[in-house]
Amino acid sequence: MMADSFSINEKMSDRRKFLIAATSVAGGVAGAAIATPFLLSMMPSERAKAAGAPVEVDISKLEPGMLLMVEWRGRVVWVLNRTPEMLETLEKVEDELADPNSEKNQQPEYAKNRTRSIKPEILVTEGVCTHLGCSPVFRKDIAPADLGPDWLGGFFCPCHGSKFDLAGRVYKHVPAPTNMVVPPHVYLSDSRLLIGSESEGSA
Amino acid sequence: MSNIFNSMIEWIDKRFPLTSNWKAHLSEYYAPKNFNFWYFFGSLALLVLVNQLITGIFLTMNYKPDASQAFASVEYIMRDVDYGWLIRYMHSTGASMFFVVVYLHMFRGMLYGSYRKPRELLWLIGMCIFFVLMSLAFTGYILPWGQMSYWGAQVIVSMFGAIPVIGETLQQWLLGDFTLSDAALNRFFAYHVVTLPLVLLVLVFVHILALHETGSNNPDGIEIKENKNPSTGIPVDGIPFHPYYTVKDIVGVVVFLIVFCGIIFFAPEMGGYFLEYNNFIPANTLQTPDHIAPVWYFTPYYSMLRAVTVNFLGIDAKLWGVILMAGSVVIFCFLPWLDRSPVKSVRYKGPYFKIALTLFVISFFVLGWLGTKSPTPLYTLLAQIFTVIYFAFFVLMPWYSKIDKTKPEPKRLQE
Repeated sequence: MMADSFSINEKMSDRRKFLIAATSVAGGVAGAAIATPFLLSMMPSERAKAAGAPVEVDISKLEPGMLLMVEWRGRVVWVLNRTPEMLETLEKVEDELADPNSEKNQQPEYAKNRTRSIKPEILVTEGVCTHLGCSPVFRKDIAPADLGPDWLGGFFCPCHGSKFDLAGRVYKHVPAPTNMVVPPHVYLSDSRLLIGSESEGSA
Repeated sequence: MSNIFNSMIEWIDKRFPLTSNWKAHLSEYYAPKNFNFWYFFGSLALLVLVNQLITGIFLTMNYKPDASQAFASVEYIMRDVDYGWLIRYMHSTGASMFFVVVYLHMFRGMLYGSYRKPRELLWLIGMCIFFVLMSLAFTGYILPWGQMSYWGAQVIVSMFGAIPVIGETLQQWLLGDFTLSDAALNRFFAYHVVTLPLVLLVLVFVHILALHETGSNNPDGIEIKENKNPSTGIPVDGIPFHPYYTVKDIVGVVVFLIVFCGIIFFAPEMGGYFLEYNNFIPANTLQTPDHIAPVWYFTPYYSMLRAVTVNFLGIDAKLWGVILMAGSVVIFCFLPWLDRSPVKSVRYKGPYFKIALTLFVISFFVLGWLGTKSPTPLYTLLAQIFTVIYFAFFVLMPWYSKIDKTKPEPKRLQE
């Protein structure tokens, strides 16, 4: 008896079966339709979408070896002025990198080179680990105890141990899958850098 | 006097099934007579649930789910609201104790085979409760908007970004923004105080209904319903839940409250395990703390997340980590079908199962400990080894539980 009330009765007429099916389908469509505005209300709002304006940075006081943190779209962007010694390490570590030639699309075309930058010494990259979004630590010390004798300086993620070189290129055998993202950027003058845009006009 | 009371009950009974439910679920619900220490944790979980609901309501009266005010409002509760510190510590300690009692409750099920037929669905409902509990813990931990709140949420939400194709859109949908921001805090607050508690209450209700349908398992793992007194129809090894087990549970409650109060008054931070020190620093979106680790109850899974460092089968290490972490929790759902032993309880199971369960418990603790540490090559290797043991407990169970040398089950409960 109990099972009968849940399943379609054998003796039920075809007409009734059809009406039950049609009503269920119509009800299902209506349910999906009313769910749509609620689910879409959770996407980024118009205000959130508008808040992505480019950021201008003055790098005239950025000494060699110094790292500047800039906030763009709620994310941290690093501007690192690399010393000649730092630039030399980029070639030495290449055997240990997962993507030394930046084959994966993590940077604009103009940063697809060994230094991953427009000017060789100035690195502009999002300071966000490509694993799970932590911000790695800038470790310029050479061969520290915790990172081993082969460490020539780079970025170390404290969350899950991912390592990146001084061009934001990821090492092999770490959780992070790709190199760090280089955001679109352009030099307005020798010392004025615009992050978040590739043309001077849209600033 | 008793006449007035009786007629009142009679009046209600004609309009609402009060007496019949009281009998069905308490005074004439027959539970096995041999419940031991392990059977305290179900009722204690209910107690903690009530504690969380009540303290939670009072916290919302002063908390502000706004990224610019949240941290300060929690400090306001701690310093300026009368007894605010007590209510907050009851809530934060309650969160950790919820996991303590639920883990022990689940371990009881694994010891005595409580997930076996006919209680598979009861176990699955329980697993759903566990998932909701984890979501509640996660959303609750974000609310103070400290450094650990922020970066913990960043890591968890980024996991959804690891899902191929839809990951990035899904992440934006979850956050309501392109980064973790005020929009996310506001909606996680809504989940934490409305959505998830409602779902949890319904699931707990359904869990108890399902339990009372099949009847409780017991340390011997045999069905008391198979041996009923022919004249009364009552299981000969059963005793009414009320008053026998209500009184026993009150003893458990007293002991639990002593421990609970001890933590609240003397060690509410529990050395950084219940409330992490980095979370006393307001969220800084530009800098991750040097050492981040989840709260203790998530550390075993967290260890497995970061244990994978090589790509294989065409899937990158990041996605493997997320799959392993999710799998390590979901795999409990399959226990009813993985266990092929002819007996339910560990009392009658053979050496293979006992060794496997011991190794599993050890790996759970070691992974939990590793999850609180910064990753080093040695720790990563250890995490990889114990992740394999953890999964082997489940994956090899159909094999070792079947060939194990079991003892015969008794016909009646043992004293």
